[in-house]
Amino acid sequence: MKTGLAYRLLGVLLLCAALTLATDAFLTVSNLLNVLRQASLVFLLASGVTLVVLTAGLDLSIGANVGLSACVAAAAIKAGAVELGVAAALACGLTIGLLNGLMVTRLHVPPFIATYGMLWVVHGITYWYMAGQTVYDFPEGFRALGSGYLLGLPVPVYLMGACLALGGVFTRHTTYGHEIYAIGANAEAARLSGIPVRARLNLVYGLSGAMAGLASIVYLARLNSAEADIGEPLMLPAIAAILVGGTSLFGGIGSLSGTLVGAILLTLVLNGMNLLAIGANWQPLVTGVIVVLAVWIDVATRRAPAAAGSPVRAE
Amino acid sequence: MPSTGRLTRARALPGVAYLLVVLLVVFSIFGGGFASVPNLLNIGVQSSVLLLLALPMTLIIMSEGLDLSMGALLGLAGVVLAMQLAAGLPLPLALAAALGVGAAFGLANGVLVVALGIPPFVATLGTLGVAQGAALVATGGQSVVGIGGALPALYASAWLGVPFSILVAGLVYLTFHVILYHTRFGTYVFAIGGNREALVLAGVHANLYHVGIYGLGGVMAGVAALLLTGRMNSGHPTAALGMEFDAIAAVIVGGTSFERGNGWLPGTLLGVLAVGVLRNGLNVMAVSSSLQVASIGLLVIVALLIDSARDKTRDKTRDKR
Repeated sequence: MKTGLAYRLLGVLLLCAALTLATDAFLTVSNLLNVLRQASLVFLLASGVTLVVLTAGLDLSIGANVGLSACVAAAAIKAGAVELGVAAALACGLTIGLLNGLMVTRLHVPPFIATYGMLWVVHGITYWYMAGQTVYDFPEGFRALGSGYLLGLPVPVYLMGACLALGGVFTRHTTYGHEIYAIGANAEAARLSGIPVRARLNLVYGLSGAMAGLASIVYLARLNSAEADIGEPLMLPAIAAILVGGTSLFGGIGSLSGTLVGAILLTLVLNGMNLLAIGANWQPLVTGVIVVLAVWIDVATRRAPAAAGSPVRAE
Repeated sequence: MPSTGRLTRARALPGVAYLLVVLLVVFSIFGGGFASVPNLLNIGVQSSVLLLLALPMTLIIMSEGLDLSMGALLGLAGVVLAMQLAAGLPLPLALAAALGVGAAFGLANGVLVVALGIPPFVATLGTLGVAQGAALVATGGQSVVGIGGALPALYASAWLGVPFSILVAGLVYLTFHVILYHTRFGTYVFAIGGNREALVLAGVHANLYHVGIYGLGGVMAGVAALLLTGRMNSGHPTAALGMEFDAIAAVIVGGTSFERGNGWLPGTLLGVLAVGVLRNGLNVMAVSSSLQVASIGLLVIVALLIDSARDKTRDKTRDKR
């Protein structure tokens, strides 16, 4: 576990060294701050999903969730106040997450199917809601949430730090956290030992949705405009960050600090591609390869799955 | 109760059968022009691409797997087909290239899932990204136009009044029926989902057949690319993104489940028709295509609720694995 994290940090350093040699633009204060800002967003989005993955589940709806939450927030800000927009995004994200939880715990739909279906349902609602419109130009104070600085660091970095601290305490030092790990390690054993599995699963899916809502606010504040498709490119990098960070898809193993390192690694890769003028069209390809490699390492090092190819269930 | 009798025994109709009837009645009443021969033929044409994806998806889900890459792969195969045609290659060669790309990705999915043991939904999520990225890079994100007249002419052709795409879909359905119910491969598909261990112990090279199931999915994405490119008269890298969702929805509401290799091709056909009728009917009633996607999610949930309610009343003591 510890050595795994050390290898990943070594990976981060090697990547930084390579990028420093390959391009002049990498090792500049403004670019490094930019990487931090971007990594914060990936982490905010991936942190909730990390909890879901710890229970041996998955949330594929987060990208679409960010899209709808951001669009709803944009409309609310335009209609009323910034506070209203923030509340709307969080509520929207939370609702989507809880619906995911209900599908998994009540309808017994496998998590990846439930959340994949939710991805396309939310996607459809967002496109219908926006009808091709772009909402842009938000108040200065709101935009600072995404693009502002505080004491020399981007504002999202503080949000990331707060989430990491709170999340670390939650997962490591509360009963809830221990129960989440227990469910992922063996859901049946967890149920038999009296853990309310359904309630905890609803909680992690709800949190995953709420974190997507929070991420959507930061994202919206940085972009300063909302369109129906803005969340789409976010899902694969967030999932990749979790897997690269060493959280096992089979549940019960992993940590938020791992996801942070994964988020930084992923952001460095995407930032490096950007600096090396490799077009955005390559992004899904590279991220896809990273996802497969990360899971392969997970599978090869942790355990030989009992039956090749059987999907993970949260039952 | 796994037994060979399961392959042939009569089954209760899945909930989607009733939903399909309800949809047909509702749209006939409220959708002006829905219940007309041209429109019903139109539903068949629109559903044929989906059927080509849903049939192999049925086999994949029966094997306790999943293929999220099918839509992206269909897009990539379509781009390959269109680019070869635009470069002046004859249609059979261009089609062979598209089928080859499809097969390569399908086999890669199979190897990732079967040989490397990567959970199917993540393995195919990764190849989704790779296929989508490859299509975007190959085209620069633009449509591929100027594909010549051969494919559009073939697509527009008909035999005894039956449009080309329905002919292809019907032929493929029959082929899958024969493969699944009348060949050794088909029997092994049931066994891989039902009791893979027993199959391996019986000395069957289960891995080979298991990879083959995914390979078949890739090839069918290539065949579907023929119809999609013919219909659009061009190749577009992101045209089919998300179509695997329709396919998975059709398979699930058709009564194929992720457990115990219980798959049913007629159910998948019903599911495809339900999705096709729903989309077409909402189209006729001028509901935006974005909301149609959401309504398919609703269709799945309602169908699952019907099925689970019936399962509960029928056998409350079903053993849980």
